[in-house]
Amino acid sequence: MSVPNSAPIKPVITHPRNVIVATDCGSTTTKAILIEKVGDEYRQTYRGEAPTTVEAPFEDVTRGVLNAIAEIEELSGRKILDGDKIITPCCDAKTGVDIYISTSSAGGGLQMMVTGVVQNMTGESAQRAALGAGAIVIDVLASNDGRLPHEKIERIRTMRPDMILMSGGTDGGAVTHVVEMAEYISAADPRPRFGATYKLPLIYAGNKAAQPQVKTILGEKTALVLTDNIRPVLERENLAPARNKIHDLFLEHVMQQAPGYKKLIEMAGAPIMPTPAAVGVIMETIAKREHLNLIGVDIGGATTDVFSVFEGHFNRTVSANLGMSYSISNVLAEAGLANIMRWVPFTIDEQSLRNRIKNKMVRPTTIPQTLDELQIEHAIAREALRLALIHHKSLATALKGVQQERTISDVFEQQQSGKTLIDMLKLDLIVGSGGILSHAPRRVQSMLMMVDAYEPLGVTRLSVDSIFMMPHLGVLSTIDEKAATDVFVRDCMVYLGTCVSPIGHGKDGERCADYAITFPDGRVDQGQLSFGDLRIIPLASDQKASITVQPAKHVNLGAGVGVAVTREVQGGVVGLLLDGRGRPLQLPTDHDARVASLTRWYQAVDLYPKAG
Amino acid sequence: MAHSYTPGLTVTEQAVVRRRRMLSLPGSVLVTTGETVRANQAVARAELPGKVYPLNLANQLGVAPDEIHEYLIKKPGDQVQKDEILAENKPLIKWFKTEILSPITGVVESVSNVTGQVLLREPPRVLELLGYVAGLIVEVIPEQGVVVETNCSLVQGIFGIGGETRGEIVIAVTAPDEVLTPRHLTADMKGKVVVGGSFISSDALVQAKEVGVAGLVIGGIHDKDLRALLGYDLGVAITGTEQVGFTLILTEGFGTIPMAGKTFNLLSAHAGQQASISGATQIRAGVIRPEIIIPKGAGVSDSRGTAPVPERGGIRIGDQVRIIRDPLFGKIGEVASLPSDLQKIPTESDVRVMEVRFADGSKAMIPRANIELIEGA
Repeated sequence: MSVPNSAPIKPVITHPRNVIVATDCGSTTTKAILIEKVGDEYRQTYRGEAPTTVEAPFEDVTRGVLNAIAEIEELSGRKILDGDKIITPCCDAKTGVDIYISTSSAGGGLQMMVTGVVQNMTGESAQRAALGAGAIVIDVLASNDGRLPHEKIERIRTMRPDMILMSGGTDGGAVTHVVEMAEYISAADPRPRFGATYKLPLIYAGNKAAQPQVKTILGEKTALVLTDNIRPVLERENLAPARNKIHDLFLEHVMQQAPGYKKLIEMAGAPIMPTPAAVGVIMETIAKREHLNLIGVDIGGATTDVFSVFEGHFNRTVSANLGMSYSISNVLAEAGLANIMRWVPFTIDEQSLRNRIKNKMVRPTTIPQTLDELQIEHAIAREALRLALIHHKSLATALKGVQQERTISDVFEQQQSGKTLIDMLKLDLIVGSGGILSHAPRRVQSMLMMVDAYEPLGVTRLSVDSIFMMPHLGVLSTIDEKAATDVFVRDCMVYLGTCVSPIGHGKDGERCADYAITFPDGRVDQGQLSFGDLRIIPLASDQKASITVQPAKHVNLGAGVGVAVTREVQGGVVGLLLDGRGRPLQLPTDHDARVASLTRWYQAVDLYPKAG
Repeated sequence: MAHSYTPGLTVTEQAVVRRRRMLSLPGSVLVTTGETVRANQAVARAELPGKVYPLNLANQLGVAPDEIHEYLIKKPGDQVQKDEILAENKPLIKWFKTEILSPITGVVESVSNVTGQVLLREPPRVLELLGYVAGLIVEVIPEQGVVVETNCSLVQGIFGIGGETRGEIVIAVTAPDEVLTPRHLTADMKGKVVVGGSFISSDALVQAKEVGVAGLVIGGIHDKDLRALLGYDLGVAITGTEQVGFTLILTEGFGTIPMAGKTFNLLSAHAGQQASISGATQIRAGVIRPEIIIPKGAGVSDSRGTAPVPERGGIRIGDQVRIIRDPLFGKIGEVASLPSDLQKIPTESDVRVMEVRFADGSKAMIPRANIELIEGA
């Protein structure tokens, strides 16, 4: 399985780092944050943002960076810029910063094409390597992908990736198929997305025995880099060397071609990281530090990234066309109208809804002005989150094609190799990020969107990124883990609370479980959770309580059907959410009954203002 | 909020626009700096390498890959005709002879003794890049393309499908709020750029195709009709390569929305003139909006200016704006006031707003993110 995500080499920094400015250059907005050491701890103090300036008429990413930093200057009163330069290190208490760092996903991020021999073996390993390094995988080519050779060549030629990762074969195995793929790539003569004159970077991380042939075939036509096989033997993945090479080539080749990035690299005190790679680093750090299984999601305007760490295995996927603005129409196309409508607690005609969604697509920066519009966006977000998790589950798997030893007890459990690693019962924490979750007018809206989309089982804690600063903290953690941790804990994570969701079904009003909650002050709250109930018990972020749940005979809370569970639960800005709606979540199929159920649930947790 | 307003679409009688015309692969530029070009004139040319056909000769001949050189009739670099013999074996008995014929006319590109594969390539296809707009060549990028500058009237749309085309502007309706129906579309509109009003129905789209219009410029369309036209549900707004028979440009959005008076009047004023239009839309990372460019006079720029599109400082009281989100979607008014404090809207979000005054004198507070400036002098 995949190894932990690799971080770039740490630069040597000698002066103290008390004031840090970090930016994330997104496709549309460049977001800057200022981090200052206050006493013994680091805090995020100011933020600024400005439109990203990768495209014409500016064609220089640093313009947007300087504008975003200028906003921080105005707000903080600190002088950071001297013309087009960032003053480093600090000269006095109100001048300069000690280091500037940045991430980037501007210009569509890092777009890669990967190849393997067997699609669900080396093809998937290559995909995991590229995704883990922060790339968007635009296609996976494999010898057995069902396409005819000339179709593969045509596909390679029409795609204009920033980079290609080639894998295939175990070390010492047959070379024919890998060499064949190299021949196809050579025949296609692929061209990079940016810069008509430079050679396309290509990483070969397949069978070592085929390296000489690959070098002969592709050495002249591409900027070829050879590295260790990502699947040296069937039973093991070795993704780190390929990921490191992706990061290196991203900086050396791809970013050098993007407008203004040479300057940006010079300005920064640490290597620029692709935004999703930085978010991945911070997710892994949280999981490791707190020994958690977690799922993180970053739902943006164009893409939705899902990260998971289960039993120490890190995985990332990107659903390139699931998002809340540029890709909103694609959520409708993929989920279908009925799936979106099932979350909307009122009646709206199909034509009007379809037109509204398309209008958001063509004018992506608009915001919901009425409550109806907000509820429609939240309904779409639930579906985007749900689909992205399905995609993630299909890729975050144990290795496929590996021989398994079976005993007689396994006879009735015909599990295939390559089972998903995502086990919702073992999930401890869900971390949400991205505009729709971070900026929801009420925090309970973010919590319920994630609960409805992910359907957590048993006891699961939820949180959101307060103002989308995980990328900044990810890159910061590669140079100063303490600073990143301080800010992450104090300013970034907003704990929403804990969701308790029994598995099973029953008629509305029927007993689902009995519960007893012991609060820190010794108070005990006892009650019954019925099927169809959704209830919030206030419990502050800094409080922990003990909950004992006795599920009904046919209901399971993770320990077995009808078996009582006692857990310590953490509070949050929302509190404790007791979800008696059953799992898997089934909404009434009848329109009126569904609207009535949604209205009851939304009112029970005070999801929206009453006026709507 | 950083986005205090959406920059908006340009609708202007007078603009100097530059269009970068780039080949997708290196080739030769056919014009020089200072030269005047027509819209349909080729400005650059490239040879697109032909399609590649792999043939596994080793498998077909039943020999080891490293032996196939012995059986080849044609060597790498040789020209081949369709059905010409590429390779053959030499059995003792003639009846067992196997001949491998070339499936295409082209050239033998390579032979691999690892895979036993021969790659054949079809002859290159010549790609000609047209000027697109009539104007002056102001820059030549060697081997890659040119920059054409034109002095023109310019209308940007919000969304379009279909690529570059051109034709004479013809106004099919009498008012910007009139719906374009099949009866408006007549045979004499073939090859022309037809301007409609607030909406086009699905049967009018069919009629437009039958008539053979070059382009349609319209206020709005229903998403379901777009889906029917394309044959699929458009997920992401990256367009320009669709082949539906004409180029479609929406000036306002989805639904029935009267075309902005300024846009309608400008296009009406140029009825009978040639326009270059493009439906290409890309909303993510580097916005490309569909456009209608109407070059002035002989199509030659008389401007010596270098700034193609003037930049604005920001939004001002009295500016004309379009509301781009429900519940007042599509309404046009002017900025009455710009309160600086954040205001709570019905969703409970605190946002920056502006007061918009409509033609009937009524006013409404609208989030600044939900208005679009109607730009252009």
